[in-house]
Amino acid sequence: MRRITKNFPGVLANDRVDLMVEPGEIHALLGENGAGKSTLMNILYGLIHPDEGEIFLRGRPVRIGSPRQAISHGIGMVHQHFMLVPAHTVIENVVMGMETAGRFVLETGRAEKEIQELGDRFGLQVDPKAYVWELSVGEQQRVEILKALYRGAALLILDEPSSVLTPGEVEDLFGMIRRLTQEEKSVIFITHKLNEVIAVSDRVTVLRDGRKIQTVETSETDERALARMMVGRDVILSVEKEAALTGERVLEVEGLSVEDDRGLSAVKGLSFDIPAGEIFGVVGVDGNGQAELVEALAGLRPIRAGRVRLMGEDISSKSTDERYRRGISHIPEDRHRRGLVLSQNLAENAVLQVHGGPPFSSGGRLNHGEIRDFAERILVSYDVRAPGIHIQAGSLSGGNQQKLVLGRELSREPRLLIAAQPTRGLDVGAIEYVYRRLIQERDRGAAVLLVSTELTEVFTLADRIAVIFEGEFMDILDSGQVEIDQIGLLMGGVR
Amino acid sequence: MTTAAEIQKRLRESGIRSLIGVSGPVVAIIGALIVEAFLLLAIGKDPLVAYGYLFEGSVGTVFGITETLVKATPLLLAGLGVAFAFKAGLFNIGAEGQILAGSLAAAAVSLYVQGLPPFLLILLAGIAGMVAGGIWGGIPGWLRARLDVNEIIVTIMLNYVALNLVRYMVNVPMREKSGFYPKTDTFPEISWLPNLVADTRLHIGLFIALAAAVVVYYLIAHTTLGYRLRTVGANREAAEYAGIPVGRSFFLAMAISGALAGIAGFGEVNGVHHRLLDKITTGYGYDAIAVALLGRTHPAGVVIAALFFGALRVGAITVQRNAGVPVAMIYILQGLVVLFVLGSEVLNVLLARRLRRSESAS
Repeated sequence: MRRITKNFPGVLANDRVDLMVEPGEIHALLGENGAGKSTLMNILYGLIHPDEGEIFLRGRPVRIGSPRQAISHGIGMVHQHFMLVPAHTVIENVVMGMETAGRFVLETGRAEKEIQELGDRFGLQVDPKAYVWELSVGEQQRVEILKALYRGAALLILDEPSSVLTPGEVEDLFGMIRRLTQEEKSVIFITHKLNEVIAVSDRVTVLRDGRKIQTVETSETDERALARMMVGRDVILSVEKEAALTGERVLEVEGLSVEDDRGLSAVKGLSFDIPAGEIFGVVGVDGNGQAELVEALAGLRPIRAGRVRLMGEDISSKSTDERYRRGISHIPEDRHRRGLVLSQNLAENAVLQVHGGPPFSSGGRLNHGEIRDFAERILVSYDVRAPGIHIQAGSLSGGNQQKLVLGRELSREPRLLIAAQPTRGLDVGAIEYVYRRLIQERDRGAAVLLVSTELTEVFTLADRIAVIFEGEFMDILDSGQVEIDQIGLLMGGVR
Repeated sequence: MTTAAEIQKRLRESGIRSLIGVSGPVVAIIGALIVEAFLLLAIGKDPLVAYGYLFEGSVGTVFGITETLVKATPLLLAGLGVAFAFKAGLFNIGAEGQILAGSLAAAAVSLYVQGLPPFLLILLAGIAGMVAGGIWGGIPGWLRARLDVNEIIVTIMLNYVALNLVRYMVNVPMREKSGFYPKTDTFPEISWLPNLVADTRLHIGLFIALAAAVVVYYLIAHTTLGYRLRTVGANREAAEYAGIPVGRSFFLAMAISGALAGIAGFGEVNGVHHRLLDKITTGYGYDAIAVALLGRTHPAGVVIAALFFGALRVGAITVQRNAGVPVAMIYILQGLVVLFVLGSEVLNVLLARRLRRSESAS
């Protein structure tokens, strides 16, 4: 791939990126969230069309307009989220899309044999007649790989393949990948985990902010050097901030363990405190347990073990509603999915949590006048630009939506503010606004838990920084005495 | 930046949207009438003649009007129920069973409770119908809340349970004394709902239904309960985030939905038939789904839609008698209306998407 450029509205996702993969090579593609890894691979797989740049296969220029064309060129991709039909068997899933080629009747017998052979050859053991819903996640991944191989893939793209696997399954996966390359198949391995890069790849290309930083031989580099390339030395947005004046302990978390939706352990025995007047930053690559941590603190996800105390009182088993009343505010990670009801108007959204109490309702009857006044006050105080409170929340711009959420949450003057990815998808102006408001909250005496994948954001705001990796804190550091390289290393799982 | 021009554009678009909201059902009815006209031509009938009789039979005479209102009453109550559940994002396909449960309970009170003055007896029968319908709706609501069982399937199943329960009751334990037909004895006259117009079947159940429409509107728009149900229906995850008890909301929405249909059942036995019989509801519960859709789940819309469907039911008989058009042709018309409503819904979504796209492109 040569000089691939892709511009999305507002972001340059790929900026003249070159990538070369040799036959029989395991090539790791390393970078943080939003570094452009997925965009680059989606271009290779024909899901996205580049603005500029060319793709060569075996020396010849090709145009890849769709996944179908990519497959016919021998490119296969296994997405992070599997594209399987759970109610179908492995055979049916593998032949899906090819089954009617020339024939009407499904010839599962021949397909079964071929799948069996492929499986044996590459160590991808899975029962062809099993239903996909019966399979473990690791087995489902094998089915995805088989699907690609069955279609004749010579180049296999694996998007964060280890993120859904248990450690044992990761070892198996690495074994399979090595077998593939022994047969001259090439593998592109997208990841943000440094140890995996070292363990499995032959060469590694590091992307940052849409640009290729370097391609190096894995044997000639180490985790520290990779971390430096991955994180870089970004200029930190400076926001004026006084030294923290901390007070009593607001939040105490002790041995907290939480499971994710699949019942796997996502948060593993975390313990930490946040005092009043401090911003405690939790930084890490997406999917390392941050979301589950936040949900457990907000009462949206049951706690498997451990204790959460707010102002000294155990709230571990309290309802979400009760936690709000005790002084928690929560800016959720996804304002569209959780933070707002897009089809309802701004006034209704402004009282999402507080509609049940005075002055917004009495005796179960809504007080529309008070709700309206309150919503209008939020629009003014938090600079939400909207033509009125009766428009749907969905018609606001992203920045204004976030300001509405921010206003709603801060208007309760919380003791503990949980801010998850508070600036995701916002423009610079809105980001700065959110930063200033968060610092104001800290200075007012709130404890602030800031969860973010943006290193610079955490560096700018947090007084202490915890690096989360696979559900555990790698370390908790004072933000004044820490190098960004060090954080990058910790984010990649290297202590 | 939100400029004045942009605000103006947004307002215009929201204007367009609400225009679609009102005109959709009207367009759907006109579209259905046109397609039906071709079908009538195909079987060799003059559509204009048929539509003339449809109109005359349903609203052309005093008797027609009262019959239309009689049929509209259960459609309105059950339609409000379906619409109410819909606000919480639930599909109550079980209004038919809830009507049956309500009629059974109301019949039991009317037949077996003695020594109460008329007003209290009627009130008790009404409450019994309401509670029975509420239980019949509440069961699927509870199952949805607790075990995440699909309410559509449970409500459909409970329709059959109710149907066969009523069939059994009128065949065996509650069968009339003469024992001839599968129906109960006539209720004592003190339990009858008062008539509104002499020598017709129109009873004060109509006012109960209209009052219910007002109550439902108030519940949805002006109470914390309604707010919560709407929030759960619009975005379940946001509701969870807000600390709204989603499961309880599902249960309450279905129980209230069923209670409304239960009142319809009470109205049918105490107001129209004055006894419980096998075929106490002739698909009112299923038509109620169409009524709720055609009324766009707004109580005022449901009132109009219920009147329309009531008129179709009554007019269909006249059309059959005078124009020789089978009643089934009018059922087809009902089906077409529903299809067109759903079609306009799809159109609405497409249009909204187009509007959004032009918004983001500008």
